[in-house]
Amino acid sequence: MHALDRKLLRDFVRLWAQALAIALVLGCGVAALITSFGMYQTLGDSRAAYYDRNRLADIWASARRAPRTLLPELAAIPGIRTLEARTEGLVTLDIPGRDQGAAGQVISLPASGAPILNVPLLQSGRLPDPAARDEVAVNAPFARANGFALGDRFSANINGTRRELTITGTVLSPEFVYTIGPGAMMPDNKTFGILFMPDRAAAAAFDMTGAFNSLTAALYPGANKAEVIEAVDRLLAPYGGTGAYGRDRQISDSFVSSEIDQLWSMTIILPPIFFGVAAFLVNMVLGRIVALERPEIGLLKALGYSNRTIAAHYLMLAGLTALVGILLGWGAGAWLASGLAKLYARFYDFPYLIFRGSWTVYAVGGLLGLAAAAFGALRVALAAARLPPALAMQPPAPPRFRRGLTDRLMAWLRLSQPAMMIFRSITRWPFRAATSAFGIAMAVAVLAAASFFNDAMDKMMEVTFALANRQDAMVIFTSTLPERAVDEVARLPGVIAVEGQLVEPVLLRRGQYEKHTSLEARRPDTDLSRIVGGSGRVVSVPPGGLVLSARVAAQIHASAGDPVEVEFLSGRREVLTLPLTGTIEQYIGIAAYIDYDTLNALRRQAPRVSLANVTLDPATRRDFDRAVKDIPAIAGTSMFSDARRAFQETIRQNISVTATVYLVLAVLITVGVTYNGSRIQLSERARELASLRILGFSRGEVSFILVGEAMVLALIAQPFGWLAGLGIAWAFTQGLDSDLYQVPFVIVPATFARASLIVLLTALASALVVRRRIDRLDLVAVMKTRE
Amino acid sequence: MPDAVFRTEGLTKVYDTGTVKVQALGGVDLALYEGEFAVLLGPSGSGKSTLLNILGGLDTATGGHVWFRDRDLTGLKDRALTAYRRDHVGFVFQFYNLVASLTARENVQLVTDVSRNPMAPSEALDMVGLGARLDHFPAELSGGEQQRVAIARAIAKRPDVLLCDEPTGALDSKTGVQVLQALKRVNDELGTATVVITHNVAIRKMAHRVIRFQDGNILSTEENAARIDPAEIEW
Ligand SMILES: Nc1ncnc2c1ncn2[C@@H]1O[C@H](COP(=O)(O)OP(=O)(O)OP(=O)(O)O)[C@@H](O)[C@H]1O
Ligand SMILES: [Mg+2]
Repeated sequence: MHALDRKLLRDFVRLWAQALAIALVLGCGVAALITSFGMYQTLGDSRAAYYDRNRLADIWASARRAPRTLLPELAAIPGIRTLEARTEGLVTLDIPGRDQGAAGQVISLPASGAPILNVPLLQSGRLPDPAARDEVAVNAPFARANGFALGDRFSANINGTRRELTITGTVLSPEFVYTIGPGAMMPDNKTFGILFMPDRAAAAAFDMTGAFNSLTAALYPGANKAEVIEAVDRLLAPYGGTGAYGRDRQISDSFVSSEIDQLWSMTIILPPIFFGVAAFLVNMVLGRIVALERPEIGLLKALGYSNRTIAAHYLMLAGLTALVGILLGWGAGAWLASGLAKLYARFYDFPYLIFRGSWTVYAVGGLLGLAAAAFGALRVALAAARLPPALAMQPPAPPRFRRGLTDRLMAWLRLSQPAMMIFRSITRWPFRAATSAFGIAMAVAVLAAASFFNDAMDKMMEVTFALANRQDAMVIFTSTLPERAVDEVARLPGVIAVEGQLVEPVLLRRGQYEKHTSLEARRPDTDLSRIVGGSGRVVSVPPGGLVLSARVAAQIHASAGDPVEVEFLSGRREVLTLPLTGTIEQYIGIAAYIDYDTLNALRRQAPRVSLANVTLDPATRRDFDRAVKDIPAIAGTSMFSDARRAFQETIRQNISVTATVYLVLAVLITVGVTYNGSRIQLSERARELASLRILGFSRGEVSFILVGEAMVLALIAQPFGWLAGLGIAWAFTQGLDSDLYQVPFVIVPATFARASLIVLLTALASALVVRRRIDRLDLVAVMKTRE
Repeated sequence: MPDAVFRTEGLTKVYDTGTVKVQALGGVDLALYEGEFAVLLGPSGSGKSTLLNILGGLDTATGGHVWFRDRDLTGLKDRALTAYRRDHVGFVFQFYNLVASLTARENVQLVTDVSRNPMAPSEALDMVGLGARLDHFPAELSGGEQQRVAIARAIAKRPDVLLCDEPTGALDSKTGVQVLQALKRVNDELGTATVVITHNVAIRKMAHRVIRFQDGNILSTEENAARIDPAEIEW
């Protein structure tokens, strides 16, 4: 081995603590990249492959009952490649041994056996016999959650008749990667399942023989989706069509897309922070090493080593550090990515995850890590190489301190000598001071941004569960019923309070802008389910007007006072124009709201309801569950009390995992910055500090200078960290913005206080570790060595 | 008279610090010969180090010419100067300038790694009497020993010239003598032309020739009719 390489390795080993502190920060960047970008790729690739192999439809449409004779006409719409008509319906399920009911979504399988579009992927058993009347295949997660084996039976209340069904197989479907039941907040495979039933049996059960109520279609590449949707809507309108839509409005895919978008925001926000801080640290530490090794550099040049060799020598030192960081990052990234994949497996039902691009992600992570280190090292290494040899051999001129404005200020403030030394040093090396402050600010920002999520979730939970949805359960009817159905619900066992609600699918239109949404109406004095705006204000809709989620209003470019066209997608499909009386900020879902009497009057109907919100006596919950199962008009119940608990648990769990990860990240940045900063301070000032000790300053006073400077910089960094944290949080909310949920941009002062406290304590601890070196400072040795 | 290794003609060096211009060399005409052991004497600030640095290719002159054998060093670019230093020059500095993280052997290896026809590091260390301390780090060696490692490092490449800037400046008389003996031995056995800068007038007696410097110019040169052995030098 060459002597120079030996020097490199020995220097690296000697600098291990500083190198490790940098490597950890760099490793965070690599790990963050592998986790977020790797998962982004994996989810994207898996989704693409799954959709492609199992031919997910491009267009969905539903109707009340359309004749099959309409199909040739539909198939002739330009752009449509394949068309499949199905029977779909919601049913209540009676799971043996369980009081609580479950809901099932029936989807018919064509007489030929397997469908052409949205092909279910068999996981076990077989698809039901096309001729069988009581066989179903169910989605595998539903079977797993309920402990079903092949051949197990359960009963379903289908369109008013109770039927025993036998499970012949379990499947996964590209239509149900994210399986969320009607009215539910999050997936619960125990209480919601997909039942694949032969067409004949399904058609007979839902009275769809010779007809269909669900249509899916695949388009030719390059087909005009909007035109196809318009044509389909035109043809289906007479048969109660509720508006066709593409993948963008398909529930399962919306959730998957939102997750993928979120991973992308993480990819572009997090790794650059760590790579940036790591580059700065490399620059800072290497700069100091080169300053210390001036004589060695001069010597190497005198011995005839070329500039290139010398630059490479210092680049390699950064490279070794990067290498350690990259290896750590690869390990941590692999671990985090597998953890994340497991988390996804809980919510998303992919039959397989494709890690095809996996090694490229690792390579990209490694290359970016090396690039960050090289970026930080390059200027310093080149400067080292360019040192004129004769000059390098001489000790550097002592740094020039000038009396300036700050000095006069300090004199006026009567700062103590040590305090003066701190401030002089900061103003003498402003770039290094700024670098340290930048790193600390990033640590604060990462923490603040992470706990911002906590605050946002709290806000979402409070508004959604404590203020808006206070019911224990939502009883969903199979179709709209006269308002007296509410009284029937009130008579069910254990029901303490009940309120009806009418929900209609509508198409809102203003100018050329359209938006599908549901129009909700409730009596003005409701107490269980209320309309709550972002500020927590309960909103009542004035008669004759329309209130929209702000997001919907923005999408159709409407503001308060504007007339909005409302097209009902049910019944007589009236088209009415109503004034927009107000908008509200909503966090989960989107909707349009109207006064109850106004809606019924506009549709010229006696008051009707499509669901009932109830509060239940927990003691008689079982009786309620049992009773509901046997009522044909009830399509299902959504248990909000359960959802609330599950939501809370899941979110809390996810957030505490994320919070821990971010805490570790922030601590690593702070340690990296402060430890290295203080080590540099110590190395530069060893003589100075030793002189002070010899002059009679105590250890405490001397370390005050060292620790003080680190803490002054950390303090200066705080407001910048808060600002950067706001920026990151804001960027995240933008990345998360979708029709499914909008994360509120809430700022709780305690978040900043907490982030600052953690970072300042970590900084103090890191500086104190270096302080211990002062305690061990060998005064004689320091004074004897040549600087 | 043997051939000249170095020849300078009107060599000047001006340091421009921005505020003041310092004339370090004021037109030096000098010749140094193959196999010669020359001592450069002069008061502090007289330009000795400046001259040595220019001869060794560590620095460039402001005016005039300097030849190494028949090669004009003036105007050589950085890359050419680096190659020149690597192939022909051995340096010894006042403050040893050893790499702290390398052992004695490895410090010598630093040179042998990049030279064309080097001796083994252990051989070079043997020549300066440190054959037994091969694997010691600088911190484990005395000042005199460190300086002898520096000499071993300078001679290991079998340089054509050995340039020493106050090699005994930081040493006491006993260890200084050991260092001088090492230098003399190299000069005697390898015939390497050697230039030694010193403040120590006593050392002049071991030289073939003594060159006195003052204010950037040569004050006088004198040849020693009889050289004495370093062992007889005391200060
Ligand atoms: N890098 C530099 N910048 C400015 N002036 C310099 C520089 N190096 C040397 N000088 C000046 O040039 C003159 C000659 O310096 P040089 O180092 O050659 O003297 P010297 O004879 O070696 O002195 P000493 O015996 O003290 O080492 C001095 O006046 C010195 O101040
Ligand atoms: Mg000198």
